[in-house]
Amino acid sequence: MTSPSKHQSQPFRLTSGGLIDRAAAIPFMFDGREYYGYPGDTLASALLANGVHLVGRSFKYHRPRGILYAGPEEPNALVELRTGARREPNTRATVAELYSGLVANSQNRWPSLAFDLMAINGLAAPIFPAGFYYKTFMWPAAFWEKVYEPLIRRAAGLGRAAREPDPDKYERSHLFCDVLVVGSGPAGLTAALAAARSGARVVLCEQDFRLGGHLLANREEIDGKAALDWVCEVEQELTAEKKVRVLRRTTVFGIYDHGICGAVERVSDHLAEPPPFTVRQRYWKIAARRIIVATGAIERPIVFPKNDRPGIMMASAVRTYIERFAVLPGRHAVVFMTDDSGWQTVEALQRAGASIAAVVDPRTEASAFARHGTDAPLFVGATITGTRGRLRLSSVTVKDRQGREHEIVADLLAMAGGWDPVLHLTSHLGHKPKWDERILAFVPGDLPAHIDVTGAAAGRFGLDTALKDGARAGSEAARSLGLQTTYKSPPTSAAPPSSSQAPSWSVAKRSAKSFVDFQNDVTAADIALAAREGYRSVEHAKRYTTLGMATDQGKSSGVNGLAILADVTGRTIAETGTTTFRPPYTPVAIGAIAGRDVGKAFRPTRLTPTHEWASEQNAVFVEVGQWLRAQWYPKLGETDWRESVNREVRTVRSAVGVCDVSTLGKIEVIGPDAERLLDFVYANTISTLKVGRMRYGLMLREDGHVLDDGTVSRIGEHRFFLTTGTGHADQVLRHLEFCHQVLKPSLDVSIVPVTERWAQLAVAGPRSRELVAKIVDGFDLSTSNFPHLSVAEITICGGIPARLYRVSFSGELGYEIGVPADYGDALIRCLAREGEPLGLAPYGTEALAVLRIEKGFPAAGELNGQTTTRDLGLERLLSTKKDYVGRALQQLPAFNEPDRPVLVSFAPVNRSDVLRAGSHFLDLGAAPRIENDLGYMTSAVYSPTFGHYIGLGLLKRGKERIGERVRAYDPVRNGDVVVEIGPPCRYDPEGELARA
Amino acid sequence: MRLPCPHCGERGNEEFVYLGSADPVRPADPNAPLQAWIDYVFLRDNPAGSNRELWHHTYGCRSWIVVTRDTRTHEILGAAPARSLPSSASSTASK
Repeated sequence: MTSPSKHQSQPFRLTSGGLIDRAAAIPFMFDGREYYGYPGDTLASALLANGVHLVGRSFKYHRPRGILYAGPEEPNALVELRTGARREPNTRATVAELYSGLVANSQNRWPSLAFDLMAINGLAAPIFPAGFYYKTFMWPAAFWEKVYEPLIRRAAGLGRAAREPDPDKYERSHLFCDVLVVGSGPAGLTAALAAARSGARVVLCEQDFRLGGHLLANREEIDGKAALDWVCEVEQELTAEKKVRVLRRTTVFGIYDHGICGAVERVSDHLAEPPPFTVRQRYWKIAARRIIVATGAIERPIVFPKNDRPGIMMASAVRTYIERFAVLPGRHAVVFMTDDSGWQTVEALQRAGASIAAVVDPRTEASAFARHGTDAPLFVGATITGTRGRLRLSSVTVKDRQGREHEIVADLLAMAGGWDPVLHLTSHLGHKPKWDERILAFVPGDLPAHIDVTGAAAGRFGLDTALKDGARAGSEAARSLGLQTTYKSPPTSAAPPSSSQAPSWSVAKRSAKSFVDFQNDVTAADIALAAREGYRSVEHAKRYTTLGMATDQGKSSGVNGLAILADVTGRTIAETGTTTFRPPYTPVAIGAIAGRDVGKAFRPTRLTPTHEWASEQNAVFVEVGQWLRAQWYPKLGETDWRESVNREVRTVRSAVGVCDVSTLGKIEVIGPDAERLLDFVYANTISTLKVGRMRYGLMLREDGHVLDDGTVSRIGEHRFFLTTGTGHADQVLRHLEFCHQVLKPSLDVSIVPVTERWAQLAVAGPRSRELVAKIVDGFDLSTSNFPHLSVAEITICGGIPARLYRVSFSGELGYEIGVPADYGDALIRCLAREGEPLGLAPYGTEALAVLRIEKGFPAAGELNGQTTTRDLGLERLLSTKKDYVGRALQQLPAFNEPDRPVLVSFAPVNRSDVLRAGSHFLDLGAAPRIENDLGYMTSAVYSPTFGHYIGLGLLKRGKERIGERVRAYDPVRNGDVVVEIGPPCRYDPEGELARA
Repeated sequence: MRLPCPHCGERGNEEFVYLGSADPVRPADPNAPLQAWIDYVFLRDNPAGSNRELWHHTYGCRSWIVVTRDTRTHEILGAAPARSLPSSASSTASK
């Protein structure tokens, strides 16, 4: 139910016209007050319909600001849209679509928009000049974080981000097309039509929710009918064509290499919240063979004193609000133009019933349009020297040709300062725009063949020109793809206005209140000051003044700023050059880029085959790369993780334990040349390995460092099974493929990654043979038949295929059993059942680490990409009889310096001391200085076997110092422990237990 | 970027892993002077223009390919499987 009074509560809504749905007024809130608008409105047009011009405070001086534009280039009208977790700061009111119940609040004001105490910054403007922050907040450095930055952030700032997690969903999607058309103004529409009628796959992206571009703002005729009717016909044809996709509310924000474009579709931003199963925004990655940029032009403001009051708007925006939204932005208007398109605004205002208080044109000759214009006072060769009105424009001071000043009462001042092509996308690949003296604007530079620019975006202004040029661009794109189009552009009846704009860069360069960059509060005087202080390069002046560095990226301020800089430095604009445009064209929500890759879906979680069983045992899990592995298995009554780990280690050393080692990288290398490839990639010899046997294998990088270690099992004459470290699996596979395809392509061999194919369980401990014997199908496990480092393809549990390895990573008698991954769960349950009478305990990665450190086996801490075989004491493995990757560069002198830290183990002299990985070694009594550094601890654990901490580490001349003492110094955690140096392997150094 | 995999056709660069220049050739003689190995492992030209480089189609066919790319414009001038290149074939004579 909508009462008539609520319609009437929009005092500046025209009684007819506009692309709005007047059937139902919808309520919205701004700064806590309720207003009404219509579907089809933006927040900006609805506010103007209610007479609200004051919508924000400026960034630095807190000056009252109004709505300047009607599109995405808006620098002033930034609001916090929505509330709670959906609150989005710095949203441009000019593109926020109105929906029922919309809530918006103004930003950067306290306590209220109309009475802002921070506006005192404006009175103090003389002390906030260009480079103010650099000059003032320099010293002392400690003050920056604690005093200056919080102060600046409170006084100067934009909106507040939501503090809760974003409740909305986003997604990423891909599109492929022959021709991508960016923009649906007249040029974009004829380009899309021409390409579509050739049979090309076309994507048309429009950032607005309605097609038409500037046709929505102007009363024009095309083909003898209203331009908007023509737009509807084109839209119908394009939408009906199967190979054409029209994306509304979609901003192409960047052009990247090889025709890749990034775009964001605002799927649900026009609704209170996304409907169920619908994303808020969709990020499109569009791969296009041809790109047609038809992004139009942005009207340029005029720089004059106090040009920033609410009620001062762009002339084209005034037309848009009148024609598209049926809103009258003011009743008494002054139109200030250096460009003839301002006359269209004069006409629109008159049609809408506004009075024209004055037309001001600094050009000395009245344009031809002046004749049929208006009976309002026309000031030719005149300028505006000031404005009045605290929260809304009340009068304008015009200085006429003779130098007399006239104060003219007005509540609206429309500026028509000429047009700047929207060429941002064309410069993303590094193609610099060129200055065009003919139209006094930058136009796109030379572009690659697959990118074309058309219409106003190319500096080719006028409706007729745009229609023809768009059709040309569409036909040429089709032809370059081998397609033909039948399309011809439609005729226009009205003669296009000539765009004879005059340079009027700055009416008063010295005024501190002549704003160039509205969003960052940069004035003409700031730019002049920067130039005087030596910041003459455009890139320096930009950073010093922050011109163009706000969220609007200087869309409206760039050319004015350059022109003023050129003027005060005595150069032409072409000589001054431009700054660089970078993506994104308009701000893009990080959520849209992340898509669904958030939270748990950020990366895949890989579960081991025994994960479910381990969960049932209350295992504590740890992330190891993408894997979740059981870290330890707490038993009832155990209160401390170390208690559980110690028990697990003791169980392996005294009875039997089982551990899932499926996360190890597993690769099969198959083929007649498999042994030749493996001899090449491993530093030790593999070809001498007999079928049914396995061996430790060491891989180097070509630069001589250790890449990875693992085991190599010979399953058959031409079939090998490799394991790699969990974290190195991908890298090793790629390395093997490199060695084969690039270095040894003639070898007949296949490399197959099988990590996920096998569930692999380690069974370790003195009673492991008893346990394995219970599940194998009659296989003789005696050492004479199946000695240490053997492998066999067998069956277990009554016919299940398995591979049995006799291998030990714990130092105890040990086996690993591999079964097809689907049997992993059944196998662990079987082992748990059969092992119970033998005292079996599952053990996790912590116990695994303790066991291997007791044995001195290197792992991630030692295989860190910076160690050599000599550092690790593995040089005895190196083959001297063959070429292998990394062989030659081990000769590098630096690798063979006697002072190089090598692997040894450590134990605290005071047995109750704690060791920590990362501690640095120092000689006893040596000062803790970098020149006394002897190396560092790579791994450290509490060893229940020895009853004290032990560690592995890399120590200078470590091998020669076994038995001596050094300091393990850890100032970060207050560690300073005297340790005794020992050999890497402390537990069963002869290896008899594993061979038993 | 889009890279033309000789096996899979044109694909987005997120499917590939980059290694570096394809020009250095591994010395065929394992006992070549140390400097020859240092050149092969560490020294790379940094051309402004055409550059032959190794890419791995990691999330595709897992082929190593040699892509010729203009480093100034990112124009792709060609792509071929690394295993078909004469330079790598010649180095297999060592064994």
